[in-house]
Amino acid sequence: MSKQYETVIGLEVHVELATKTKIFCSCSTEFGGAPNTHTCPVCTGMPGSLPVLNKQVVEYAMAVGLAANCKINQDSKFDRKNYFYPDNPQNYQISQLYLPICHDGYVEIDTSAGKKKIGIHEIHMEEDAGKLIHDEWDDCSLVDFNRSGVPLIEIVSEPDMRSGEEVNAYLEKLRLIIQYLGASDCKLQEGSMRADVNLSIREVGAKEFGTRTEMKNLNSFKAISRAIEGERKRQIELIEEGKMITQETRRWDDNKESSYAMRSKEDAKDYRYFPDPDLPPIVISDEWIKSIQDRQPELRTEKMARYQDVFNLSEYDADIITGSKHIADIFEAVTELCGKPKEVANWLMVEAMRLLKEHEMEPEKMCFSPENLAKLIQLVDNGTINRTVAKEVFERIFAENVDPEKYVEEKGLKVVNDEGQLRETIQGIIDANPQSVADYHSGKEKAMGFLVGQTMKAMKGKAGPALVNQIVKELLG
Amino acid sequence: MTEKDILSLTAVGLGKKIKEKEVTVLEAVKAVMDQIKDMEPVLNSFVTVEEEYAFTQAEAVQKRIDAGELTGPLAGVPVAIKDNICVKDMKTTCSSNILADFVPTYTATAVDNLIKAGAIIIGKTNMDEFAMGSTTETSAFGPTKNPWNIEHVPGGSSGGSCAAVSASESYYALGSDTGGSIRQPASYCGVTGLKPTYGTISRYGLIAYGSSLDQIGPVAKDVTDCAAILEVLASHDPKDSTSVEREDYSFLDALTGEVKGLKVGIPADYLSEGLNEEVKEAVLKAAKILEEKGAVVETFDLGKVKYAIPAYYIIASAEASSNLSRFDGVKYGFRAKEYSGLHGMYKKSRSQGFGAEVKRRIMLGSFVLSSGYYDAYYIKALKTKALIKKSFDDAFAKYDVILGPTAPTTAPKLNESLSDTLKMYLGDIYTIAVNLAGLPGLSIPFGTDQKGLPVGLQLIGDCFQEKNILRAGFALEGEHGYVMPKTAQLAISGREEK
Repeated sequence: MSKQYETVIGLEVHVELATKTKIFCSCSTEFGGAPNTHTCPVCTGMPGSLPVLNKQVVEYAMAVGLAANCKINQDSKFDRKNYFYPDNPQNYQISQLYLPICHDGYVEIDTSAGKKKIGIHEIHMEEDAGKLIHDEWDDCSLVDFNRSGVPLIEIVSEPDMRSGEEVNAYLEKLRLIIQYLGASDCKLQEGSMRADVNLSIREVGAKEFGTRTEMKNLNSFKAISRAIEGERKRQIELIEEGKMITQETRRWDDNKESSYAMRSKEDAKDYRYFPDPDLPPIVISDEWIKSIQDRQPELRTEKMARYQDVFNLSEYDADIITGSKHIADIFEAVTELCGKPKEVANWLMVEAMRLLKEHEMEPEKMCFSPENLAKLIQLVDNGTINRTVAKEVFERIFAENVDPEKYVEEKGLKVVNDEGQLRETIQGIIDANPQSVADYHSGKEKAMGFLVGQTMKAMKGKAGPALVNQIVKELLG
Repeated sequence: MTEKDILSLTAVGLGKKIKEKEVTVLEAVKAVMDQIKDMEPVLNSFVTVEEEYAFTQAEAVQKRIDAGELTGPLAGVPVAIKDNICVKDMKTTCSSNILADFVPTYTATAVDNLIKAGAIIIGKTNMDEFAMGSTTETSAFGPTKNPWNIEHVPGGSSGGSCAAVSASESYYALGSDTGGSIRQPASYCGVTGLKPTYGTISRYGLIAYGSSLDQIGPVAKDVTDCAAILEVLASHDPKDSTSVEREDYSFLDALTGEVKGLKVGIPADYLSEGLNEEVKEAVLKAAKILEEKGAVVETFDLGKVKYAIPAYYIIASAEASSNLSRFDGVKYGFRAKEYSGLHGMYKKSRSQGFGAEVKRRIMLGSFVLSSGYYDAYYIKALKTKALIKKSFDDAFAKYDVILGPTAPTTAPKLNESLSDTLKMYLGDIYTIAVNLAGLPGLSIPFGTDQKGLPVGLQLIGDCFQEKNILRAGFALEGEHGYVMPKTAQLAISGREEK
């Protein structure tokens, strides 16, 4: 390759908001109900029904916008996007084109080359469509409107990213901001966060952008990376061959690791957008913006700094703990109870992370109560159990949220500090192993280790190692 | 009371007699059902008559009146509902084949308010398909005839509601008004029709035509009925985001007969070219009466209203093209028998389900919203709408009420209008600007022309000033008011002879 190329990437990210009810009616947004049970005349597009805006949607959109340094449009509007498809009961989607709620913001990402600002062009609110199920057996299609009217925000970036690494860092940043705000759980696999990638290629140093394509159907970070690499190569090859890039929408097939064209600009639909006459303009006062600003929770960057500052965690530890809002919440709750931040961090970073990986679990699924981890830390700290036992107990806490005090009691896992009982056990072991005793007396230190080990085995790990050592030494004379 | 006496009552009059136990709800329902049976073969005011339901309701409501639970002025009074307003479990067709068998799963807020007030729903009235038309001839279920002369149209789109009230098939009816659809047929049928300020009556359950212009309103025999019905219908509805919380809901208070000092403006444009001489005379006569009663009347230039018709057809059609896209054969309504593929199903169902006028407006609306035309048409129409509102604002800085004709002529003959669509569109010239500006408008009957057809007057008020136009209307109606057309009288006396 003689020429140097630069990849230019912009993202359209859809995020499903965590409201209890839908954007334009009071139906539940809960996932997984029987088909068409979370529906009403509004979200099934019955004649004569009218939309009423859920205020929480506006507040979440504003919160995300403010966290992403956006300007808030104080006179915002909904528009209708007209297109026929059976998953869309009105045959128009209520969205925002002309006056989106947030615009002109940015987020800062960390890359191997340092920090970089990625511009946010706009954030707008819209409704999700229903779900189509194609029944191959009966050769018919069924529609489930449970998802119809679930609120979404679409975050449109500027074409500021240059690599898959930057795209992943940007998505990760958005995910954490939104999770910290509680505005969404942002799960790519489950579709509560979806990204479309706009990508073009130009020669390094060129001022103009190349012709871009839009890639859809990307539902994991890995798929996004592969799709970007695949599309970058495809476009460079075309350019090298002297061919034109067609402005089109392409669908990524992650199994085949290739994309195919869905539609080109020429046959792009005319959505005939116009302001929705059923919804008055959303007028946002300075006071409303301020109240959202005042209620903004601590975001990750601030939390990391506080953990280093207040809890004396290392930057590395603070980074890992705050990588999931849920883990950070557990960390703070447990620390509050036991006052040992470093211990809490260690349990979460080592044992909890290991178990999450082992079970291929999302951190958000971790559901033990902070009290139980705090109790466990106390049990270790006051010498009631030793670390080996503690790890075993933690696994039970992680899996079943057991109360460690009760569990240790019931299973008899307490360190045995009864000297009389220990002496008896150790004497028995010494008596049964005359060879080891002889070895010890002839100067083989290792023999002592063997006897200690035998004792621990007999005590099922519950004996305090210091006391065992002391008694063995004493009895050997 | 005889059936003739019962049917001669107004809605409020009947309510009073029921309360005084001079008439039972059952007798009232039976009277309108008898009238319906005699008139319907000729008029076709109704798409659906709900006889069984009405009689069942009559008994239930009578019990609640007797128990003192229902005390309002409309308790026990029969009402007809325009067929674009949803009533649960009652077929609601918009007079279109595409909804020929559609039964709503919920009831419109306006109808709910009536039911709570003890109204007896007797059926659903015929209309222009999806309220698109000015004659009720675009109905898929045949035209409605004008009770004053069955060779003439009743006007539209609420032609069924107005003909039904005129012919005493119902005491009052609900209509909807997007560009004059209550006022113009009220004028043609000699009844009183009110389009309230946009946002006064909930649109929840009204099958939308032009959402930013649509407003439900009452059709009745006189101004008192209209005011009483409006008190029941008007409410702030959390289910309609365009619904308004008003400060004053006591419209009957305005009916004092007093108009002294009321400032009345007559737009010079409303009396110029195109206005029938007899209608013009009626307007001038009304002006004189108001003056005699102490009102101050003058003519003025309303300005931009001549652009109302093109602006209206762009805005209403644009909204309609989107509003009517949900009728696709997928979820409810008509689906073509044979088709291939999804788009085949859409195209065939919609081609077969919609009538010509509806298709014309969907195409017009889709065109003006298309990229490349949006600014030139739709945005320009919105700007025009704002200018028209401004013209009215200026006028209402000087006047309390604007007086004019409701329509340029009395009711045309059947089959005259559809052949010349543009002429039909121009017939709405005096009513359309009122919808664009969101204002209240009242049409009252004011005598007949030489052909014996009713003439209507229009009174326009500023936003939320329904009381001014009701006051003026009430003062004027003493001169003429509601007269039962001959056809309806004959039907009643025919039954009495038997």
